[in-house]
Amino acid sequence: MAAIDLAGVKKTYPGNVTAIHPLDLNIADGELLVLVGPSGCGKSTLLRMIAGLETVTEGEVMIGGGPVNKREPAERDIAMVFQNYALYPHMSVRGNLEYGLKNRGTPRAEIDARVEEAARILEIGPFLERKPRQLSGGQRQRVAMGRAIVRHPKAFLFDEPLSNLDAKLRGQMRVEIKRLQRSLNTTSVYVTHDQLEAMTLADRVVVMNAGRIEQIGKPTEVYERPASLFVAGFVGSPPMNLFGTDELKTEAGGSLPESIGANTGTIGIRPDAVTLSANGNPAIAVTGTIELIEPVGGESHVYLRLPKTDRVMILVVRGHEGVSLAADLTVHLPVGALHQFDAGTGRRID
Amino acid sequence: MVENRPWLTFFSHAILILGVLAVAFPVYLAFIASTHPQNAFISGLVPLLPGDRMIENYGTMLDAGISTSGAPPLGVMMWNSLVMALSIAIGKIIISILSAFAIVYFRFPFRLLAFWAIFITLMLPVEVRILPTFKVVADLGLLNSYAGLSIPLIASATATFLFRQFFITVPDELTEAARVDGAGPMKFFRDILLPLSRTNIAALFVILFIYGWNQYLWPLLITTDESYYTIVMGIKRMVQVADSQPNWNFVMATVTLAMLPPVLVVILMQRLFVKGLVETEK
Ligand SMILES: Nc1ncnc2c1ncn2[C@@H]1O[C@H](COP(=O)(O)OP(=O)(O)O)[C@@H](O)[C@H]1O
Ligand SMILES: [Mg+2]
Repeated sequence: MAAIDLAGVKKTYPGNVTAIHPLDLNIADGELLVLVGPSGCGKSTLLRMIAGLETVTEGEVMIGGGPVNKREPAERDIAMVFQNYALYPHMSVRGNLEYGLKNRGTPRAEIDARVEEAARILEIGPFLERKPRQLSGGQRQRVAMGRAIVRHPKAFLFDEPLSNLDAKLRGQMRVEIKRLQRSLNTTSVYVTHDQLEAMTLADRVVVMNAGRIEQIGKPTEVYERPASLFVAGFVGSPPMNLFGTDELKTEAGGSLPESIGANTGTIGIRPDAVTLSANGNPAIAVTGTIELIEPVGGESHVYLRLPKTDRVMILVVRGHEGVSLAADLTVHLPVGALHQFDAGTGRRID
Repeated sequence: MVENRPWLTFFSHAILILGVLAVAFPVYLAFIASTHPQNAFISGLVPLLPGDRMIENYGTMLDAGISTSGAPPLGVMMWNSLVMALSIAIGKIIISILSAFAIVYFRFPFRLLAFWAIFITLMLPVEVRILPTFKVVADLGLLNSYAGLSIPLIASATATFLFRQFFITVPDELTEAARVDGAGPMKFFRDILLPLSRTNIAALFVILFIYGWNQYLWPLLITTDESYYTIVMGIKRMVQVADSQPNWNFVMATVTLAMLPPVLVVILMQRLFVKGLVETEK
């Protein structure tokens, strides 16, 4: 158990590709931190630098307070779970679990006890003597987790561990990983491109884009107060509605509330914050034509085509509350629910 | 196939049977010839049914050989061939798996150059480089020795290339998992890479054993001492007799015996060998 600290860490790959621009990040002892961002933004690179599988171009990686830049992955006392499980195909499940311990010269009795413990926690006892190829995807995933927990490492590093599973299993495993991490209380860094996974798992989320950190915060913070235009667009499903200030002005009939500042270039509103009636609160009213209704269980996503700017606004309504296809609809954007972003930098304005 | 067309079945089987016959008939003839007395061949016709001299013929060959035709006892030649074939097969596998390991897993200066140098030797089989190789072997004093018989044939790239192709299909994540699990390079090689290469090694062993066993030109060149003759060149010498008919019954007995070790290797390795040719264990 240990904290992980990155100070001014940068990664440049051969060919002068800068995958990670210098960044600082402090991960508390026992925390589950999720790195999330689109494919190619450098999440894996960052994780692999913590693991020691990739060299650090500049800056310092510290695990448990001490610098580890020059240490081999095995000496960093971390365990990693890979996307394709990376189980040793010729070894039994037991062999896979034991291998790292054997290499460390752990006594036989200790090895057996730890394998026993991991098998019990992950319910893989019945498969211990099987080869990985005789297991289903979900079972392999458990074995990969088992290989990490038998080590009792300082930290778990996960690189998109669930992306090879089907949606249902992914949901189950997500819950299990969270439960496991809670009960073991081991510092964990979890990489995913799936914002839903990030939001549900994380103690804190790090949203990354193009090798830079866009925002660090609790999932609710990131959702409720996105720090930049990028985060606003990336987090949340359906995505936040983002309009240029001028566009919204046109749709709203030529004027916007005073709370919209002069520097505001983009205004955003979550689909679930758009309401059908103003309820007496200050709001911007816009009218459009219903283009598409997506029923998703208890609620529906309504796609509204705004005539003057030809943009689409998405809103969430309970059930099917008085909306019908091709009808005109006036909706209200409560002023208190608007997010404003700077015209130049794209950063949030409060 | 799900189709059921009687004629197609008939033809395909007929062709397969013809093919088998074409391969099996000469083998059968050789065996039959080895069971007849010497005078059975004077008419110029090869008998088609077994004779009664099998035990005597094989006995003579295994016991003494036919010294008149300048061949040592069969046992010596079989032993020499075995040593040569095994040295070539095992030596090649060891050298090539290690060099492929180096080329795929280590960054060292001129790595690409090393790979291409090895690759280019693919175009230089023994026959092409036989004279310079002979000179080198002679200068090293390796004529008439097991080292001279096998070492020049060990150095070649085919197997290195095959192992390299296999190693680059091993997922990087597996290598990284081993690193995280505390396996250094040699441990990784021994614990992960070697077991994964098992079927490839078996397939290569069969191919290389037969390759070594069937060598003719090279042993012929570098051995002048009878005690280093191999079985394949021995057969040739037995046929080349001066003023009389070759002893076909003895020659064929030798041929039949010479076929046995490769057949045995194929049979023993069959399960692994076939696996190595048709599937890659993921
Ligand atoms: N070994 C490498 N050599 C050169 N560029 C690389 C290498 N690995 C990754 N990159 C580049 O670094 C960037 C970040 O990659 P990665 O960390 O794998 O992204 P992510 O995991 O977020 O999808 C990408 O632009 C990728 O092309
Ligand atoms: Mg990645």
